[in-house]
Amino acid sequence: MTIKRLSPEELLGLDRFEVDESNPHIIVDKAICATCKARPCLVACPARCYRLNKEGEVNFEYAGCLECGTCRVVCSDGGVTSWNYPRASFGVSFRCS
Amino acid sequence: MSDDTFDAIVVGAGPAGSACAYTLAKEGRSVLLLDRGNSAGAKNVSGGRLYTYALELVEPGLYERAPLQRKIVREQIMLMNDRGATTVDYFDPGFGEAVPQSYSVIRAALDEWFAGEAEAQGAMVAPGVVVDGLIEENGRIVGIRTGEDEMRADVVVAADGVNSLLGQKAGLFPDVKASAVGVGVKETIELPDELISARFGVKEGEGAARVAIGCTEGISGGGFLYTNKGSISLGIVFNPEQAGRQTRHIQDIFQDYKMHPAIHALIEGGTSVEYGAHLVPEKGYHGIPKQLSRDGFVVVGDAAQFGINTGLIIRGMDLAIVSGLAAAKAIIAAKQPADVGTLYRQQLEELLLIANQQAYQNFHGIFEISRIFREYPALANDAMQFLFRVDGKKPKPMLKGLLDIVKRNVSFGKLLGDGWKIYRHI
Repeated sequence: MTIKRLSPEELLGLDRFEVDESNPHIIVDKAICATCKARPCLVACPARCYRLNKEGEVNFEYAGCLECGTCRVVCSDGGVTSWNYPRASFGVSFRCS
Repeated sequence: MSDDTFDAIVVGAGPAGSACAYTLAKEGRSVLLLDRGNSAGAKNVSGGRLYTYALELVEPGLYERAPLQRKIVREQIMLMNDRGATTVDYFDPGFGEAVPQSYSVIRAALDEWFAGEAEAQGAMVAPGVVVDGLIEENGRIVGIRTGEDEMRADVVVAADGVNSLLGQKAGLFPDVKASAVGVGVKETIELPDELISARFGVKEGEGAARVAIGCTEGISGGGFLYTNKGSISLGIVFNPEQAGRQTRHIQDIFQDYKMHPAIHALIEGGTSVEYGAHLVPEKGYHGIPKQLSRDGFVVVGDAAQFGINTGLIIRGMDLAIVSGLAAAKAIIAAKQPADVGTLYRQQLEELLLIANQQAYQNFHGIFEISRIFREYPALANDAMQFLFRVDGKKPKPMLKGLLDIVKRNVSFGKLLGDGWKIYRHI
């Protein structure tokens, strides 16, 4: 075994997720994000759930969310309009953290 | 209590919630302990050290039953620049004697164990339950809502963590600010136990805890490393506000830290098995909300933003346990639910939680000195290099060499100013 720099996908690949396909637990209003200049979520979300797409828009993907709350607290323009925990039995399950 | 009303519903089976439920159940109170994880601890991440005294307060000897990792006898401070590191290593076998001062912990194991202990005392433990809201009647909190179900209690204890949605729903405090928390990221790296002991110079069952500065690209924050049984917890805590103002992703900065030669040598041959993230209260005493209770409702642990970070000592779980115990004692002593809030405050004082928070109340201000996170660690390493380097050339006079290094990294004015600021905050 060896220790190497892990990509975002590899890091999240270590974790166990049960994704609630029909129910995003965080709602992001892209229209607000479009006018946001600061966009702290892009660098501060530990799961990189917030990324820029080719058009330069903020894209949010909740599947790999680690449920930490960082996006909610750093969001400066209110693009994160609703932040909740996933429904019971969904989301990340840590085994050895 | 009427048949369908619990004496207490505790929301969140972390250290605070389980300490509370354990104590209440032991006194014969009816307690429902809820957790949103499929098992207690499944949603929790922490750096990984628990100061043992807190479990001793709940019940002497309780820690001996806990799934603790290694007792910490080496305290290390690492000052890093991008190529090297200066590490101060304090070995104190006394920290491992009698009741050892602290242990590294893995939350999935610790939290599940503690909830199980509460259950063994008679608490009803229900994992896999997300509490959606509170039931309020005549200005009192009388229970919780989960999906279609309602559950009632004389007192609801919100042990729902740093984000405390329940505390906000109860109207006790607004949402936490980015400046008041740290965002921690962490990898758990499996490594053979004997190798850990050898690399850190400890005996079996003993361990090291390390804090690191200079690994955050100048962002307020620091790295940590804890030795566990057969694994290492490695991570960084960042000030999310500052992290959000620069352009490098915190994951990348964390991976740099992991691959830094001084860290990599310690974890080489290991296997990354989990990646986690969590917020931590960072403001210390001044971050604690003014109001910690209302009729029928109290907040404990991270939800109450209890936490101490001196740069060297990082405490959260112990304070969580003490506050959970304080809430339980308050509920036991209260003649009516309305008395719980005042009694809880008294217990927080009596159990010295408030005194501990106050002792370090201004430390947070030190971390506003940005140079602590880049320039000073760099200065330390430059000085070390100067002191240790031999290359056959004519050495600079000692004093001049050191002064040049200081000047290269910071100005004397800033050095004095920062020294004064630190002096004022401690």
